[in-house]
Amino acid sequence: MRYFKLLLIFSFIVLFSGEEAIGSTLPEESRQCLKCHANQTYSYYNDWIEAEQKRMMNPFYIIDTTLFISGVHGGFKCFDCHSSDYETYPHEAELKLEPLSTCIDCHGGDDTYADFQFERIEEEFQKSVHYEMAGEAFSCSKCHNQHYYTPVTRTSHTVGAIVSYSNDMCLSCHDNTLKYQTVSAGQGPQLKQVHDWLPSQERHFKSVRCIDCHTVVIDSLMVSHNIMNKSEALRDCNGCHSSNSLLKASLYKYENLQSRASDGSLGSVFTNEAYIIGANQNPLMKLFSLLLIGFTVLGIAAHWVLRVLKKK
Amino acid sequence: MNSSNRIYLYPLWVRIWHGVNALGIIFLIISGLRMQYADVDLFGFSFKTAITLHNVAGVSISVNYVLFLIGNFVTTNKYHYRVELDQLVEKLKLQSNYYLSGIFTNEPAPFPVSPKQKFNPLQKYVYIAVMYVLVPLLIVTGIALLFPELIVERIYSFSGIYLTALLHGAIGLFIFIFLIIHLYIASMGKNPLIAFRSMIDGFHDVSH
Repeated sequence: MRYFKLLLIFSFIVLFSGEEAIGSTLPEESRQCLKCHANQTYSYYNDWIEAEQKRMMNPFYIIDTTLFISGVHGGFKCFDCHSSDYETYPHEAELKLEPLSTCIDCHGGDDTYADFQFERIEEEFQKSVHYEMAGEAFSCSKCHNQHYYTPVTRTSHTVGAIVSYSNDMCLSCHDNTLKYQTVSAGQGPQLKQVHDWLPSQERHFKSVRCIDCHTVVIDSLMVSHNIMNKSEALRDCNGCHSSNSLLKASLYKYENLQSRASDGSLGSVFTNEAYIIGANQNPLMKLFSLLLIGFTVLGIAAHWVLRVLKKK
Repeated sequence: MNSSNRIYLYPLWVRIWHGVNALGIIFLIISGLRMQYADVDLFGFSFKTAITLHNVAGVSISVNYVLFLIGNFVTTNKYHYRVELDQLVEKLKLQSNYYLSGIFTNEPAPFPVSPKQKFNPLQKYVYIAVMYVLVPLLIVTGIALLFPELIVERIYSFSGIYLTALLHGAIGLFIFIFLIIHLYIASMGKNPLIAFRSMIDGFHDVSH
């Protein structure tokens, strides 16, 4: 019983300190907004009827504070990006028309972010089918959720996590008619049927990013943003399943930069969870195979020659 | 040719099993090489075709292997695969010496073929290694690669799927080497094609 009490006290401390840790990282100004926007319901005082009222929050305007804090913009105040006029409630209708900042507004022309080449990303994006179809209306936030954005490709230790994070971005529209129709009049592709030609479809979807086949791969850019028209997507298996796999310049450049630079092979992938037929050629195994086959053929040839000579 | 020189050695089920196995292994080698060395684009068919061919051939030889096991279980064919340790090393040496020298001087084979002794000792133990070690390993690793979710994710710091693929490829290589030597030895008779005919009509020419 004594231990149970201790456990109970300990659990309270952990829970309480955890709550404090999350809360403490949120700026005070943001807490005001999140009082409503972090919950499914919100209350306000209605001056007209002079009463407190409770309403359902629009699900698209609910912020997951845990995800927000763990994202790269987690330390931001709401008013860093949104108008401070949102402070009053009901919010003014015109605020909905407020133009929001794009990634380039903050990240462009800043040496701090030079490594990420935001300007080049913008250039590439402007060649993409997304830009071609929707123009400026297709903002970065259509794919990158600025509230929760985390640099998974730079921090993840598994290719699977990178693939899943990246593909979820594409699927958020391409597998969601409602969101898809905010930029297109179409119904959105039937992904399974469109990819019918792909062997082991499910396995490909889990191991390769959509962008690995649907973008113009540029080795010097971390993530290619030039999404091609579907008619130009890669359909050649050899493109990835070969020693000179295109994936080296895309998906596998994150975790395996060092090994690619040293031997040009996908050698270190064997410590990863992925295996690509044709691309993971083990140099030692290749040499051993050639030597073994060579010696066998030579041995047989010598045996045959001796048999023919001795017969005479 | 005198009919008394011919003995019925390969029953129909063995010939059918052997034919299916031979075709399957050849298709597996061709499609396996096509997939592994995709950049060279060997044999002029697509990667996707190679996958289909490899899967179909792999499943076929797996089913065929089960038939081989059943066949051996219910017939006397199993006796040709019986391990006999008595004078094993001497027997292997004798047969090896025949292949390496005696055959050039037309010495008689030390272990002539008879209905009770279908294989010479060297053949027998190579076949035992291939049929009871390599082929089962090839099938198990092949099934694992067909359903990679069955594979342990990591073996120490190595990827389980990579090690499985490496083992599958290595066994495939050994079977390829076996096939080359098997075909050569089969062609060593007076007439190079006579042993191949045996696998069609079931009769072995004992003068060969």
